[in-house]
Amino acid sequence: MALKQVSSTDEFIKGLWRDNPVFIHMLGLCPALAVSNTAINALAMGAATTFVLLMAGLSVSLLRNFIPREARIVSYICIIATFVTCVDYAIMAISIELHRALGAFIALIVVNCLILGRSEAFASKHNPGRALLDALGMGVGFTGALFFIGVMREVLGSGTLFGVGLFPDGFQTWTVMVLPSGGFFAMAIWLLVVNWIRQRQADAEKQAVEQAGKAAS
Amino acid sequence: MGKLVKHLEIGSSPHVSDGASTDVIMRNVFFALLPVTVFAVYAFGTGAALVIIVATASCVLTEHWLCRWTGKPSTVGDWSIAITGLLYGLTLPPDLPLWMVFVGGVFGVAIGKFMFGGLGMNAFNPALVGRAFLQAAFPQAMTHWSAPFAEGRFEHIPSSVLAMPFWEPTYDAVTSATPLALMKFEAEFAGGRELMAGLTSGSVGETCGALILLGGIYLVARNMMNWRIPASIFATVAAVTWAFQLYDPATYPGPVFMLFSGGLMLGAVFMATDMVASPITNAGCWLYGVLIGVLVVAIRFWGGMPEGVMYAILLANAVSPHIDNLIQPRVFGTGRRAG
Repeated sequence: MALKQVSSTDEFIKGLWRDNPVFIHMLGLCPALAVSNTAINALAMGAATTFVLLMAGLSVSLLRNFIPREARIVSYICIIATFVTCVDYAIMAISIELHRALGAFIALIVVNCLILGRSEAFASKHNPGRALLDALGMGVGFTGALFFIGVMREVLGSGTLFGVGLFPDGFQTWTVMVLPSGGFFAMAIWLLVVNWIRQRQADAEKQAVEQAGKAAS
Repeated sequence: MGKLVKHLEIGSSPHVSDGASTDVIMRNVFFALLPVTVFAVYAFGTGAALVIIVATASCVLTEHWLCRWTGKPSTVGDWSIAITGLLYGLTLPPDLPLWMVFVGGVFGVAIGKFMFGGLGMNAFNPALVGRAFLQAAFPQAMTHWSAPFAEGRFEHIPSSVLAMPFWEPTYDAVTSATPLALMKFEAEFAGGRELMAGLTSGSVGETCGALILLGGIYLVARNMMNWRIPASIFATVAAVTWAFQLYDPATYPGPVFMLFSGGLMLGAVFMATDMVASPITNAGCWLYGVLIGVLVVAIRFWGGMPEGVMYAILLANAVSPHIDNLIQPRVFGTGRRAG
């Protein structure tokens, strides 16, 4: 069976919307809910995850002919853990405060099923160029999703964006949005929006197909 | 979307119809709540009246919009949502900003009721879902209590009530501690007579225990409420509190204080008895009441917050489907030993 040729740009684009890891595949929800309480935390977490995704994707793709099938998960985890350790130390060197805010969730990138999932499902079956493009798309999609959740939580929960006050004095902050439960609320609201848009797209496509069918007959 | 016809009979046969429909029952609940509402407005003035009106309006409007938006037949006409709104308003502090009242009402009905499928499908009491959200979102505003029977409460509207949407309220009166806060932080116990007559501060409709009981008795007399749920809650709370008071009377208040303070009366009589979110069998109702009672006492005595009725009822709501699974009624016509 001949595989359908997928263009390189599509390899990148699919992670942004059609196969968005957080909003469509619901992967990596633990950091998406836990450290999205401010926009900065969300972006830092997204950048760290993207770096690990890229490096793990590249390594797995390069080593794909050497890793035995039986030991692949262990090998992937080892590769991912190596890069997570790098990121951990890098963040600590850049900003100790950021490191404290992200806490254990940096180390937990190791078990983020998004990275393992892309290694297993994509990088181990494609050449390094494609694997990098896929990892970049997924990373940007993940970061974007976290950023949207983070913006909603920070604006409502603290009245700020990137730590800068948005409103004059007296703005009533919604304490619940910086609490863990706020992560679930923000996530659910974005899911509602995303699914609503997808539903509309699907309906529009169906109508277009029907009309084309009518025109043909 | 096609029209969803709900036709589900729950309960073991034989069925006898007594002509009660949702709107008949709800109209009676409204009559039972009327004295409580009137007393609330009398005690707390214009602020309470506005809070109750906005609470009811926000719930009714949300239900109406959502029904139209999803193409379902509107369920506004059967009064049930108006009762939810009224009950929700009665659980709020009397000087809560109206925009917060509105936000909580929208949240309670949209997330607490409609997400689960609308009337008859809600896993939790929607009024309490709205209140719980407000408690988590705006803890300061939700624990600011104004004193009852303040001078000039009918002449002017408290400035906090009219706070601009999304802006912090400014209060013109200092907060007045509720009996439960006094119990928790000052070890001071209010007298039973004061609590029953509703002379203390608290949420709009929770202060006057006697009127709430009167409404409950009316509903039980009309056979429109399962009396086992409040009875079981009262008995459990009284028994557990009595045991603790025997053990250490200086720290733990007596049963009368516990029964008539805070939202226990309102919660036990009108909230816990939500027909959808409570268990179906009578034995299940007893168990459900015991669970609420134990949770209320535990949260009040050892929790971080002075009041725990709302969380106790929401937690018991979550458990009630499991209670129904646990307690299966004997099939009619089979003997006890026949199995």
